[in-house]
Amino acid sequence: MTPPPARPGISMEAAVQRRARMAEEMRNAKTMRRMVTPEGAAIQLKLGSASERAGAFMIDVAIQWAIVIATLLGLSFVSRVLNMGSSNIAFAFWLVFFFFVRNFYYIIFEIGQRAATPGKRILGLRVAARDGGRLTANSVLARNFIREIEVGLPFQFAMMGATDAMGGWLVLFGLVWSCVFLLFPVFNRDKMRVGDLIAGTWVIKTPKVRLMEDITSATSRPETGPPIVFTQQQAEAYGIHELHVLEDVLRQSTPAIKAQVAARIRAKIGWENVEGETDLAFLEAYYAALRRRLEQRMLLGERKADKYDTR
Amino acid sequence: MRGDLLKSYRFREERQAEWQKLDLILTKAENGGVKNLSDEQMLALPRLYRQAVSSLSVARSISLDQNVITYLESLCTRAYFFVYGARTTLGERMMQFLRRDWPEAIATSLWTTLLSAFFFFGGWALAFFLCLQDMDWYWTFHGQNFMEGRNPDATVEYLRSTIYTDNSGDGELSAFASFLFNNNAQLALFAFALGFAFGIPTAWLLVYNGVMIGSMYAVFWDKGLGYEFTGWLMIHGVTELYAIVLAGAAGFIIGGAVAFPGGRTRLASARAAGQKAATIAMGCVIMLIIAAILEGFGRQLINSDVLRYSIAGGTLAFWLAYFHLPRKDDPL
Repeated sequence: MTPPPARPGISMEAAVQRRARMAEEMRNAKTMRRMVTPEGAAIQLKLGSASERAGAFMIDVAIQWAIVIATLLGLSFVSRVLNMGSSNIAFAFWLVFFFFVRNFYYIIFEIGQRAATPGKRILGLRVAARDGGRLTANSVLARNFIREIEVGLPFQFAMMGATDAMGGWLVLFGLVWSCVFLLFPVFNRDKMRVGDLIAGTWVIKTPKVRLMEDITSATSRPETGPPIVFTQQQAEAYGIHELHVLEDVLRQSTPAIKAQVAARIRAKIGWENVEGETDLAFLEAYYAALRRRLEQRMLLGERKADKYDTR
Repeated sequence: MRGDLLKSYRFREERQAEWQKLDLILTKAENGGVKNLSDEQMLALPRLYRQAVSSLSVARSISLDQNVITYLESLCTRAYFFVYGARTTLGERMMQFLRRDWPEAIATSLWTTLLSAFFFFGGWALAFFLCLQDMDWYWTFHGQNFMEGRNPDATVEYLRSTIYTDNSGDGELSAFASFLFNNNAQLALFAFALGFAFGIPTAWLLVYNGVMIGSMYAVFWDKGLGYEFTGWLMIHGVTELYAIVLAGAAGFIIGGAVAFPGGRTRLASARAAGQKAATIAMGCVIMLIIAAILEGFGRQLINSDVLRYSIAGGTLAFWLAYFHLPRKDDPL
């Protein structure tokens, strides 16, 4: 196969970078799911990754252990102070309590308004019904009762290996078999546990985003000095990807980085510094000009994806 | 210089007050539940939600401000889950479970219940008759677990003493009961969860537990203590064994749905079955709590065979009536 003809103006390095970026976008798109609300609007949902869910689970397990151990200590203290003779009743109570913490911790939190355990909340995850409908209590029960085989079974087989009551091979087989359940989320598109599959749920990300000032509002303020005007050609030098990068730079990076970015843009569009122009003012003005131009083109149905997208 | 502003900026400026109002309501609701909202806010919510959703679809096509779009995206997702989320309180939900969901789930899965009972009592009968013929089978089934001396080598007097208690040290016994509850409840959840592998491990678990009890039964029967042992076992056993059979049935429901999805996709079939099976499994936990109470207190305090049998019969009649008696369709 002959390589496709090189497009003018793209260096080898830039082409490699661009391809890597597109592969990254594709990977991201794989974890996005479209859900159409009854109003007919589409909402994009992002699935929680396997590592985030494992992290949330570890936080939850740590909290559960903290509760259980604290209760054990508290009970033993109380029974010693009251001098109850036998600590058996306290121990009986603790055993039942242990069962409920182990099995109902997740259920109680996920039935609630946020549909997330504390661990999930910390990592910005929540449980949702796969069909976009209501998350029913039965689903929550189903997905959490199944956890017993996903985590409990491999654990039990692993423990069994130490005592060797069943014969090494059988234990090994059991361990491998039960690990199929444990690793199930890694091997399916929707990152579902077996419990999610049975319950018809999945775990999605619900990041809380703050609404920030529009960057273009800065340019209309009177104190910014004389307006900076770009020619149409200059305002068309970049595409949507670069616009978004520029937005990130303006919103969250240090003055040093802003200065670098400003220098690169000036070089690219052949800009002559105006008297008294700051890097920030230049970047904000350029952002506004670029966005205006790209939004105009978008209204006409042309999305200029990035600076190489020349149509 | 208003005419000079970007279209997308003007679009956002006109609407952002409403978005932020919705944001505030949602934050309030998420932190403290619906009770925190005033009537005014409750009424405004659907309107604000629809506005945000339509803003999102417009913003996607006219705005390139990343922050606005991700903000609206997250706002709409949160609002969607709130507006279409579960409305019932935990108390209402529990009542609905007890009054309708649980009995209905069991009444509509009669055949799987019978299948599960067949495996359990099949294992029981198998072990029972094998052990009656040759007591060596007992050691095959139980290995070196001595079950507190309840084995074929024990004397009749010893076995009798394990059935009846003199009222001493009941603290120890309640600890034992809660330990058994933990074991049984975990076993029931296991039987349910393992149904996913086409129900095969569930069947094995049922047969295994049937064998354990059946062989023990044979020991007592062999020593002529069959009548007394039945009373000792059944005072709580009716509830406990019923719960285990039902947990097995829940496992079979899932296994059947995964193995034979019928006209639906395997996923959809598993999902429909999972909801029903989970309801049954939840019920099993409740039954096992009741069984543990009967075991921990009833069995230790009541030493009369007749009373034990009447409690066993009473609980059986109660469960059968609760699950299977037809009832009026009360609109909830």
